[in-house]
Amino acid sequence: MDGFARSFLLSEIVKGFLLTLKYMFFMPRVTINYPHEKGPISPRFRGEHALRRYPNGEERCITCKLCEAICPALAITIEAEPREDGSRRTTRYDIDMTKCIYCGLCEEACPVDAIVEGPNFEFATETREELFYNKDKLLDNGDRWEAQLAANLAADAPYR
Amino acid sequence: MLEFFANPYVSWTAWTLLYTVLIVGGVLFVVAYYTYAERKIMGAMQRRQGPMTVGPFGLLQPIADGIKLFSKETIIPSGAHRVVFLLAPMMLFALSLIAWAVIPFDKGWVLANINVGILYLFAVSSMTVYGVIMAGWASNSRYAFLGGLRSAAQMVSYEVSMGLIIVCVLLCTGSLNLQEIVLADRPFWMQVLLFPMFIVFLISILAETNRAPFDLPEGESEITGGFMVEYSAMTYALFFLGEYSAMILMSAMTTTLFLGGWLPPFGITALAFVPGIIWFAMKTLLIMFVFIWARATLPRFRYDQLMRLGWKVFLPLTLFWVVLTAGLLLTFDALPG
Repeated sequence: MDGFARSFLLSEIVKGFLLTLKYMFFMPRVTINYPHEKGPISPRFRGEHALRRYPNGEERCITCKLCEAICPALAITIEAEPREDGSRRTTRYDIDMTKCIYCGLCEEACPVDAIVEGPNFEFATETREELFYNKDKLLDNGDRWEAQLAANLAADAPYR
Repeated sequence: MLEFFANPYVSWTAWTLLYTVLIVGGVLFVVAYYTYAERKIMGAMQRRQGPMTVGPFGLLQPIADGIKLFSKETIIPSGAHRVVFLLAPMMLFALSLIAWAVIPFDKGWVLANINVGILYLFAVSSMTVYGVIMAGWASNSRYAFLGGLRSAAQMVSYEVSMGLIIVCVLLCTGSLNLQEIVLADRPFWMQVLLFPMFIVFLISILAETNRAPFDLPEGESEITGGFMVEYSAMTYALFFLGEYSAMILMSAMTTTLFLGGWLPPFGITALAFVPGIIWFAMKTLLIMFVFIWARATLPRFRYDQLMRLGWKVFLPLTLFWVVLTAGLLLTFDALPG
Protein backbone atom coordinates (compact mmCIF):
# COMPACT_ATOMS: atom_id res chain seq x y z
CA MET A 1 0.00 0.00 0.00
CA ASP A 2 2.79 2.33 0.93
CA GLY A 3 4.68 1.51 -2.22
CA PHE A 4 1.52 1.87 -4.27
CA ALA A 5 0.84 5.36 -2.93
CA ARG A 6 4.44 6.33 -3.45
CA SER A 7 4.47 5.25 -7.07
CA PHE A 8 1.12 6.89 -7.74
CA LEU A 9 2.15 10.21 -6.24
CA LEU A 10 5.42 9.98 -8.22
CA SER A 11 7.28 10.98 -5.08
CA GLU A 12 10.56 9.39 -6.14
CA ILE A 13 10.40 10.89 -9.60
CA VAL A 14 9.68 14.30 -8.13
CA LYS A 15 12.70 13.87 -5.83
CA GLY A 16 14.82 13.08 -8.86
CA PHE A 17 13.54 16.14 -10.68
CA LEU A 18 14.33 18.35 -7.69
CA LEU A 19 17.83 16.89 -7.55
CA THR A 20 18.57 17.78 -11.16
CA LEU A 21 17.14 21.24 -10.56
CA LYS A 22 19.47 21.63 -7.57
CA TYR A 23 22.41 20.52 -9.71
CA MET A 24 21.43 23.03 -12.37
CA PHE A 25 21.30 26.06 -10.10
CA PHE A 26 23.42 25.40 -7.03
CA MET A 27 26.29 23.13 -8.05
CA PRO A 28 29.46 24.55 -9.56
CA ARG A 29 30.52 23.32 -12.96
CA VAL A 30 33.26 20.73 -12.93
CA THR A 31 34.36 21.06 -16.55
CA ILE A 32 36.65 23.76 -17.87
CA ASN A 33 36.73 25.54 -21.16
CA TYR A 34 39.80 23.62 -22.28
CA PRO A 35 41.74 25.51 -24.91
CA HIS A 36 41.08 28.75 -23.03
CA GLU A 37 41.32 27.41 -19.48
CA LYS A 38 43.58 24.61 -18.34
CA GLY A 39 43.59 22.40 -15.31
CA PRO A 40 46.43 22.56 -12.74
CA ILE A 41 49.55 20.50 -13.44
CA SER A 42 51.89 18.98 -10.86
CA PRO A 43 55.63 19.85 -10.98
CA ARG A 44 56.15 16.12 -11.53
CA PHE A 45 53.97 16.12 -14.65
CA ARG A 46 55.58 14.01 -17.38
CA GLY A 47 54.91 15.70 -20.69
CA GLU A 48 57.05 16.54 -23.71
CA HIS A 49 60.76 15.91 -23.37
CA ALA A 50 63.45 18.58 -23.35
CA LEU A 51 67.27 18.66 -23.16
CA ARG A 52 68.46 21.36 -20.79
CA ARG A 53 71.56 23.55 -20.84
CA TYR A 54 73.65 25.15 -18.13
CA PRO A 55 73.17 28.90 -17.68
CA ASN A 56 76.37 29.51 -19.67
CA GLY A 57 74.86 27.80 -22.68
CA GLU A 58 76.78 24.52 -22.37
CA GLU A 59 74.55 21.50 -22.86
CA ARG A 60 74.16 19.38 -19.76
CA CYS A 61 74.14 15.96 -21.41
CA ILE A 62 77.42 14.06 -20.87
CA THR A 63 76.49 11.02 -22.97
CA CYS A 64 76.39 8.53 -20.12
CA LYS A 65 73.62 6.70 -22.00
CA LEU A 66 71.83 5.81 -18.77
CA CYS A 67 68.56 7.06 -20.22
CA GLU A 68 69.02 4.99 -23.34
CA ALA A 69 69.77 1.95 -21.20
CA ILE A 70 66.83 2.36 -18.87
CA CYS A 71 64.23 3.29 -21.47
CA PRO A 72 61.73 0.41 -21.35
CA ALA A 73 60.27 1.29 -24.72
CA LEU A 74 63.65 1.62 -26.44
CA ALA A 75 62.61 5.05 -27.64
CA ILE A 76 65.97 6.79 -27.10
CA THR A 77 68.91 6.47 -29.50
CA ILE A 78 72.23 8.10 -28.64
CA GLU A 79 75.52 8.29 -30.55
CA ALA A 80 78.57 10.06 -29.22
CA GLU A 81 82.19 11.05 -29.91
CA PRO A 82 84.64 13.44 -28.26
CA ARG A 83 84.31 17.11 -29.12
CA GLU A 84 87.38 19.20 -30.21
CA ASP A 85 87.95 20.32 -26.61
CA GLY A 86 88.03 16.67 -25.58
CA SER A 87 84.74 16.61 -23.70
CA ARG A 88 82.31 13.79 -24.32
CA ARG A 89 79.20 15.01 -26.16
CA THR A 90 76.36 13.46 -28.14
CA THR A 91 76.33 13.70 -31.91
CA ARG A 92 72.88 12.24 -32.01
CA TYR A 93 70.12 12.21 -29.42
CA ASP A 94 66.81 10.96 -30.83
CA ILE A 95 63.59 10.21 -29.03
CA ASP A 96 60.84 8.46 -30.92
CA MET A 97 57.83 10.09 -29.28
CA THR A 98 55.53 7.47 -30.78
CA LYS A 99 57.36 4.78 -28.82
CA CYS A 100 57.74 6.75 -25.59
CA ILE A 101 55.40 5.70 -22.79
CA TYR A 102 56.11 8.77 -20.63
CA CYS A 103 57.26 6.70 -17.67
CA GLY A 104 59.82 9.30 -16.58
CA LEU A 105 62.63 6.80 -16.06
CA CYS A 106 65.01 8.73 -18.35
CA GLU A 107 64.51 11.80 -16.22
CA GLU A 108 65.18 9.76 -13.06
CA ALA A 109 68.24 8.09 -14.48
CA CYS A 110 69.89 11.28 -15.65
CA PRO A 111 72.73 12.26 -13.27
CA VAL A 112 72.91 15.86 -14.53
CA ASP A 113 69.21 16.70 -15.02
CA ALA A 114 69.78 17.02 -18.74
CA ILE A 115 66.83 15.08 -20.11
CA VAL A 116 63.58 16.09 -18.43
CA GLU A 117 59.90 15.76 -19.15
CA GLY A 118 58.30 19.16 -19.16
CA PRO A 119 54.79 20.43 -18.49
CA ASN A 120 53.85 20.66 -22.17
CA PHE A 121 51.29 18.09 -23.32
CA GLU A 122 50.03 19.89 -26.43
CA PHE A 123 52.51 18.74 -29.04
CA ALA A 124 50.20 16.87 -31.39
CA THR A 125 51.40 16.87 -34.99
CA GLU A 126 49.87 16.21 -38.35
CA THR A 127 52.43 13.65 -39.47
CA ARG A 128 54.11 10.76 -37.74
CA GLU A 129 57.57 11.91 -38.83
CA GLU A 130 57.28 15.11 -36.85
CA LEU A 131 57.18 13.01 -33.68
CA PHE A 132 60.68 11.59 -34.27
CA TYR A 133 62.48 14.19 -32.14
CA ASN A 134 66.17 14.82 -32.75
CA LYS A 135 68.75 16.63 -30.65
CA ASP A 136 68.01 20.06 -32.14
CA LYS A 137 64.33 19.76 -31.39
CA LEU A 138 64.97 18.60 -27.83
CA LEU A 139 67.48 21.39 -27.11
CA ASP A 140 65.07 23.86 -28.60
CA ASN A 141 62.35 22.57 -26.26
CA GLY A 142 64.79 22.99 -23.37
CA ASP A 143 65.48 26.60 -24.29
CA ARG A 144 61.80 27.36 -24.69
CA TRP A 145 60.63 25.83 -21.40
CA GLU A 146 63.76 26.38 -19.27
CA ALA A 147 62.14 28.78 -16.77
CA GLN A 148 59.34 26.40 -15.98
CA LEU A 149 61.54 23.30 -16.08
CA ALA A 150 63.95 24.80 -13.54
CA ALA A 151 61.05 25.89 -11.33
CA ASN A 152 59.51 22.42 -11.45
CA LEU A 153 62.80 20.72 -10.62
CA ALA A 154 63.34 23.11 -7.70
CA ALA A 155 59.79 22.49 -6.43
CA ASP A 156 60.27 18.73 -6.57
CA ALA A 157 63.88 18.71 -5.23
CA PRO A 158 62.94 18.26 -1.50
CA TYR A 159 61.22 14.97 -2.28
CA ARG A 160 63.91 13.38 -4.42
CA MET B 1 -1.06 46.42 -57.98
CA LEU B 2 -3.04 47.82 -55.05
CA GLU B 3 -6.29 47.00 -56.79
CA PHE B 4 -5.05 43.46 -57.23
CA PHE B 5 -4.57 43.14 -53.47
CA ALA B 6 -7.89 44.86 -52.78
CA ASN B 7 -9.61 41.76 -54.12
CA PRO B 8 -10.78 39.99 -50.94
CA TYR B 9 -9.69 36.54 -52.14
CA VAL B 10 -6.24 37.76 -53.07
CA SER B 11 -5.75 39.67 -49.87
CA TRP B 12 -7.00 36.73 -47.81
CA THR B 13 -4.54 34.44 -49.57
CA ALA B 14 -1.73 36.93 -49.14
CA TRP B 15 -2.41 37.39 -45.42
CA THR B 16 -2.66 33.65 -44.87
CA LEU B 17 0.61 33.09 -46.67
CA LEU B 18 2.25 35.80 -44.60
CA TYR B 19 1.00 34.29 -41.34
CA THR B 20 2.10 30.84 -42.46
CA VAL B 21 5.58 32.06 -43.23
CA LEU B 22 5.69 33.87 -39.88
CA ILE B 23 4.59 30.78 -37.96
CA VAL B 24 6.88 28.38 -39.81
CA GLY B 25 9.84 30.74 -39.54
CA GLY B 26 9.13 31.33 -35.88
CA VAL B 27 8.81 27.63 -35.14
CA LEU B 28 12.03 26.79 -36.97
CA PHE B 29 13.88 29.55 -35.12
CA VAL B 30 12.58 28.29 -31.80
CA VAL B 31 13.53 24.72 -32.78
CA ALA B 32 17.10 25.83 -33.53
CA TYR B 33 17.46 27.50 -30.16
CA TYR B 34 15.58 24.74 -28.41
CA THR B 35 18.38 22.34 -29.36
CA TYR B 36 20.87 24.86 -27.97
CA ALA B 37 18.82 25.24 -24.78
CA GLU B 38 18.63 21.48 -24.43
CA ARG B 39 22.38 21.10 -24.63
CA LYS B 40 22.96 23.98 -22.24
CA ILE B 41 20.37 22.87 -19.69
CA MET B 42 21.41 19.21 -19.80
CA GLY B 43 24.98 20.39 -19.40
CA ALA B 44 24.08 22.48 -16.38
CA MET B 45 22.20 19.61 -14.80
CA GLN B 46 25.19 17.34 -15.32
CA ARG B 47 27.59 20.04 -14.12
CA ARG B 48 29.03 20.60 -17.58
CA GLN B 49 29.19 23.78 -19.62
CA GLY B 50 27.48 22.76 -22.83
CA PRO B 51 28.42 24.34 -26.15
CA MET B 52 30.82 27.24 -25.56
CA THR B 53 32.97 27.59 -28.66
CA VAL B 54 30.84 28.88 -31.55
CA GLY B 55 30.00 32.50 -30.83
CA PRO B 56 29.57 34.03 -27.37
CA PHE B 57 28.47 31.27 -24.97
CA GLY B 58 28.11 29.02 -28.02
CA LEU B 59 25.07 30.97 -29.18
CA LEU B 60 25.81 30.34 -32.86
CA GLN B 61 26.03 26.57 -32.35
CA PRO B 62 22.61 25.78 -33.90
CA ILE B 63 23.58 27.70 -37.04
CA ALA B 64 26.86 25.82 -37.29
CA ASP B 65 24.99 22.53 -36.85
CA GLY B 66 22.55 23.52 -39.57
CA ILE B 67 25.30 24.42 -42.03
CA LYS B 68 27.04 21.16 -41.27
CA LEU B 69 23.92 19.10 -41.95
CA PHE B 70 23.16 21.06 -45.12
CA SER B 71 26.58 20.53 -46.59
CA LYS B 72 26.80 16.79 -45.97
CA GLU B 73 25.96 14.05 -48.43
CA THR B 74 22.59 12.33 -48.26
CA ILE B 75 23.26 8.62 -48.32
CA ILE B 76 20.51 6.29 -49.55
CA PRO B 77 21.20 2.64 -48.75
CA SER B 78 21.16 0.40 -51.83
CA GLY B 79 18.51 -1.88 -50.30
CA ALA B 80 16.21 0.99 -49.38
CA HIS B 81 12.95 1.88 -51.07
CA ARG B 82 14.03 5.26 -52.43
CA VAL B 83 10.66 7.00 -52.64
CA VAL B 84 9.38 5.98 -49.23
CA PHE B 85 12.80 6.46 -47.72
CA LEU B 86 12.87 10.09 -48.81
CA LEU B 87 9.18 10.67 -48.21
CA ALA B 88 9.26 9.63 -44.54
CA PRO B 89 11.31 12.53 -43.12
CA MET B 90 9.45 15.06 -45.27
CA MET B 91 6.15 13.71 -44.02
CA LEU B 92 7.20 13.82 -40.39
CA PHE B 93 8.49 17.34 -40.77
CA ALA B 94 5.43 18.61 -42.63
CA LEU B 95 3.08 17.02 -40.12
CA SER B 96 4.80 18.65 -37.20
CA LEU B 97 4.40 22.04 -38.90
CA ILE B 98 0.84 21.93 -40.22
CA ALA B 99 -0.56 21.32 -36.76
CA TRP B 100 0.44 24.88 -35.82
CA ALA B 101 -2.41 26.21 -37.95
CA VAL B 102 -4.94 25.79 -35.17
CA ILE B 103 -2.88 26.86 -32.15
CA PRO B 104 -4.21 30.15 -30.72
CA PHE B 105 -1.21 32.32 -29.80
CA ASP B 106 -3.35 35.14 -28.44
CA LYS B 107 -6.99 36.14 -28.55
CA GLY B 108 -7.85 35.87 -32.25
CA TRP B 109 -4.26 35.06 -33.24
CA VAL B 110 -4.94 31.80 -34.93
CA LEU B 111 -4.43 30.88 -38.57
CA ALA B 112 -7.41 28.51 -38.89
CA ASN B 113 -10.06 29.01 -36.25
CA ILE B 114 -11.83 25.73 -36.98
CA ASN B 115 -14.48 24.30 -34.70
CA VAL B 116 -12.82 20.90 -34.33
CA GLY B 117 -9.35 22.28 -33.64
CA ILE B 118 -8.53 19.79 -30.93
CA LEU B 119 -9.53 16.85 -33.11
CA TYR B 120 -7.39 18.21 -35.94
CA LEU B 121 -4.46 18.56 -33.60
CA PHE B 122 -4.94 15.06 -32.26
CA ALA B 123 -5.29 13.60 -35.75
CA VAL B 124 -2.17 15.30 -37.04
CA SER B 125 -0.07 14.23 -34.08
CA SER B 126 -1.30 10.65 -34.56
CA MET B 127 -0.25 10.75 -38.22
CA THR B 128 3.41 11.15 -37.28
CA VAL B 129 3.51 7.44 -36.54
CA TYR B 130 3.21 6.83 -40.29
CA GLY B 131 6.36 8.80 -40.93
CA VAL B 132 8.22 6.72 -38.40
CA ILE B 133 6.93 3.41 -39.72
CA MET B 134 7.72 4.42 -43.29
CA ALA B 135 11.24 5.32 -42.27
CA GLY B 136 11.67 2.07 -40.40
CA TRP B 137 10.38 -0.04 -43.25
CA ALA B 138 11.98 1.80 -46.18
CA SER B 139 15.45 1.75 -44.64
CA ASN B 140 15.60 -2.03 -45.09
CA SER B 141 17.63 -2.33 -41.92
CA ARG B 142 16.94 -4.43 -38.84
CA TYR B 143 17.57 -1.69 -36.36
CA ALA B 144 15.42 0.77 -38.24
CA PHE B 145 12.64 -1.77 -38.54
CA LEU B 146 12.72 -2.58 -34.82
CA GLY B 147 12.72 1.12 -34.02
CA GLY B 148 9.77 1.73 -36.31
CA LEU B 149 7.78 -1.13 -34.77
CA ARG B 150 8.50 0.04 -31.26
CA SER B 151 7.55 3.56 -32.12
CA ALA B 152 4.27 2.49 -33.69
CA ALA B 153 3.29 0.42 -30.64
CA GLN B 154 4.31 3.18 -28.27
CA MET B 155 2.56 6.04 -30.03
CA VAL B 156 -0.65 4.09 -30.50
CA SER B 157 -0.66 3.01 -26.85
CA TYR B 158 -0.24 6.47 -25.46
CA GLU B 159 -2.65 8.07 -27.88
CA VAL B 160 -5.43 6.08 -26.24
CA SER B 161 -4.88 7.67 -22.87
CA MET B 162 -4.21 11.08 -24.46
CA GLY B 163 -7.56 10.86 -26.21
CA LEU B 164 -9.33 10.08 -22.95
CA ILE B 165 -7.61 12.97 -21.20
CA ILE B 166 -8.73 15.28 -23.96
CA VAL B 167 -12.26 13.96 -23.43
CA CYS B 168 -11.98 15.01 -19.76
CA VAL B 169 -10.97 18.51 -20.81
CA LEU B 170 -13.74 18.67 -23.39
CA LEU B 171 -16.31 17.65 -20.77
CA CYS B 172 -15.19 20.55 -18.62
CA THR B 173 -15.08 23.14 -21.41
CA GLY B 174 -17.84 22.02 -23.71
CA SER B 175 -16.11 22.96 -26.94
CA LEU B 176 -13.74 21.48 -29.51
CA ASN B 177 -12.53 24.92 -30.57
CA LEU B 178 -9.15 25.66 -29.03
CA GLN B 179 -9.93 29.34 -28.41
CA GLU B 180 -13.14 28.45 -26.60
CA ILE B 181 -11.29 25.81 -24.57
CA VAL B 182 -8.90 28.51 -23.40
CA LEU B 183 -11.67 30.99 -22.64
CA ALA B 184 -13.97 28.48 -20.95
CA ASP B 185 -14.78 29.29 -17.34
CA ARG B 186 -12.98 26.88 -15.02
CA PRO B 187 -13.85 27.04 -11.34
CA PHE B 188 -11.21 25.99 -8.83
CA TRP B 189 -12.63 22.53 -8.20
CA MET B 190 -12.54 21.82 -11.90
CA GLN B 191 -8.87 22.69 -12.04
CA VAL B 192 -8.20 20.39 -9.10
CA LEU B 193 -10.11 17.69 -10.95
CA LEU B 194 -8.05 18.20 -14.10
CA PHE B 195 -4.67 18.41 -12.37
CA PRO B 196 -3.96 14.63 -12.27
CA MET B 197 -4.90 14.50 -15.93
CA PHE B 198 -2.43 17.30 -16.59
CA ILE B 199 0.35 15.18 -15.08
CA VAL B 200 -0.70 12.08 -17.04
CA PHE B 201 -0.91 14.20 -20.19
CA LEU B 202 2.63 15.51 -19.60
CA ILE B 203 3.93 11.95 -19.33
CA SER B 204 1.95 10.88 -22.38
CA ILE B 205 3.33 13.66 -24.57
CA LEU B 206 6.84 12.51 -23.65
CA ALA B 207 5.91 9.08 -25.01
CA GLU B 208 4.07 10.54 -27.98
CA THR B 209 7.08 12.56 -29.14
CA ASN B 210 9.52 9.67 -28.45
CA ARG B 211 11.42 11.65 -25.88
CA ALA B 212 13.35 10.41 -22.86
CA PRO B 213 12.46 8.50 -20.71
CA PHE B 214 10.37 6.93 -23.48
CA ASP B 215 12.88 7.27 -26.32
CA LEU B 216 12.91 3.54 -27.08
CA PRO B 217 12.35 4.02 -30.83
CA GLU B 218 15.75 5.72 -30.92
CA GLY B 219 17.34 3.70 -28.14
CA GLU B 220 20.99 4.48 -28.96
CA SER B 221 22.31 1.86 -26.59
CA GLU B 222 20.33 -1.07 -27.99
CA ILE B 223 19.19 -0.29 -31.54
CA THR B 224 21.77 2.42 -32.34
CA GLY B 225 19.31 5.09 -33.39
CA GLY B 226 16.21 3.16 -34.32
CA PHE B 227 14.28 4.33 -37.34
CA MET B 228 16.81 7.12 -37.99
CA VAL B 229 19.81 4.84 -38.25
CA GLU B 230 20.14 4.92 -42.05
CA TYR B 231 19.46 8.62 -42.44
CA SER B 232 22.12 11.24 -42.96
CA ALA B 233 22.52 14.92 -43.72
CA MET B 234 19.33 16.74 -44.66
CA THR B 235 17.02 13.75 -44.31
CA TYR B 236 18.28 13.30 -40.77
CA ALA B 237 17.93 17.03 -40.15
CA LEU B 238 14.29 16.84 -41.19
CA PHE B 239 13.67 14.10 -38.63
CA PHE B 240 15.43 16.19 -36.06
CA LEU B 241 13.46 19.34 -36.88
CA GLY B 242 10.25 17.32 -36.94
CA GLU B 243 10.92 15.83 -33.53
CA TYR B 244 11.72 19.14 -31.92
CA SER B 245 8.87 21.04 -33.51
CA ALA B 246 6.56 18.22 -32.40
CA MET B 247 7.85 18.73 -28.88
CA ILE B 248 7.13 22.44 -29.07
CA LEU B 249 3.74 21.71 -30.58
CA MET B 250 2.88 19.35 -27.75
CA SER B 251 3.98 22.00 -25.25
CA ALA B 252 1.71 24.51 -26.95
CA MET B 253 -1.11 21.95 -26.91
CA THR B 254 -0.65 21.36 -23.17
CA THR B 255 -0.62 25.10 -22.61
CA THR B 256 -3.84 25.49 -24.53
CA LEU B 257 -5.65 22.60 -22.89
CA PHE B 258 -4.53 22.90 -19.29
CA LEU B 259 -2.63 26.09 -18.58
CA GLY B 260 -5.07 28.62 -19.97
CA GLY B 261 -3.27 29.54 -23.20
CA TRP B 262 -2.67 33.25 -23.52
CA LEU B 263 -4.53 34.21 -20.30
CA PRO B 264 -2.51 35.40 -17.28
CA PRO B 265 -1.64 32.54 -14.90
CA PHE B 266 -3.92 31.62 -11.98
CA GLY B 267 -6.59 34.00 -13.25
CA ILE B 268 -4.77 37.07 -11.94
CA THR B 269 -6.49 39.78 -13.95
CA ALA B 270 -4.01 42.42 -12.75
CA LEU B 271 -1.43 40.78 -15.00
CA ALA B 272 -3.61 41.15 -18.09
CA PHE B 273 -1.63 44.20 -19.25
CA VAL B 274 1.14 41.83 -20.42
CA PRO B 275 0.36 40.80 -24.01
CA GLY B 276 -1.24 37.37 -24.27
CA ILE B 277 1.44 36.09 -26.64
CA ILE B 278 4.01 36.55 -23.87
CA TRP B 279 2.00 34.51 -21.40
CA PHE B 280 1.49 31.88 -24.08
CA ALA B 281 5.21 31.77 -24.83
CA MET B 282 6.17 31.61 -21.15
CA LYS B 283 3.80 28.74 -20.42
CA THR B 284 4.94 26.87 -23.53
CA LEU B 285 8.57 27.40 -22.58
CA LEU B 286 7.84 25.97 -19.16
CA ILE B 287 6.52 22.75 -20.65
CA MET B 288 9.42 22.70 -23.11
CA PHE B 289 11.75 22.95 -20.14
CA VAL B 290 10.02 19.95 -18.56
CA PHE B 291 10.87 17.93 -21.69
CA ILE B 292 14.57 18.66 -21.24
CA TRP B 293 14.38 18.34 -17.47
CA ALA B 294 12.88 14.85 -17.81
CA ARG B 295 15.61 13.86 -20.26
CA ALA B 296 18.32 14.94 -17.85
CA THR B 297 16.66 13.24 -14.89
CA LEU B 298 15.16 9.91 -15.88
CA PRO B 299 16.77 6.79 -17.36
CA ARG B 300 15.12 5.08 -20.31
CA PHE B 301 12.18 2.76 -19.67
CA ARG B 302 12.34 -0.88 -20.59
CA TYR B 303 9.95 -1.83 -23.37
CA ASP B 304 7.67 -3.98 -21.19
CA GLN B 305 7.57 -1.25 -18.53
CA LEU B 306 6.52 1.23 -21.17
CA MET B 307 3.67 -0.97 -22.35
CA ARG B 308 2.63 -1.77 -18.77
CA LEU B 309 2.49 1.92 -17.90
CA GLY B 310 0.49 2.74 -21.02
CA TRP B 311 -2.08 -0.04 -20.92
CA LYS B 312 -2.31 -1.10 -17.29
CA VAL B 313 -1.92 2.23 -15.51
CA PHE B 314 -2.77 5.15 -17.75
CA LEU B 315 -5.65 3.59 -19.63
CA PRO B 316 -7.67 2.49 -16.53
CA LEU B 317 -6.79 5.71 -14.73
CA THR B 318 -7.90 8.00 -17.53
CA LEU B 319 -11.01 5.89 -18.20
CA PHE B 320 -11.94 6.17 -14.53
CA TRP B 321 -11.29 9.87 -14.62
CA VAL B 322 -13.56 10.38 -17.61
CA VAL B 323 -16.37 8.67 -15.73
CA LEU B 324 -15.55 10.62 -12.56
CA THR B 325 -15.49 13.96 -14.39
CA ALA B 326 -18.70 13.26 -16.24
CA GLY B 327 -20.38 12.06 -13.04
CA LEU B 328 -19.33 15.08 -11.02
CA LEU B 329 -20.35 17.49 -13.76
CA LEU B 330 -23.76 15.82 -14.00
CA THR B 331 -24.25 15.66 -10.24
CA PHE B 332 -23.48 19.33 -9.70
CA ASP B 333 -25.27 20.32 -12.87
CA ALA B 334 -22.11 22.04 -14.09
CA LEU B 335 -22.05 20.73 -17.66
CA PRO B 336 -21.06 23.60 -19.91
CA GLY B 337 -23.04 24.66 -22.95
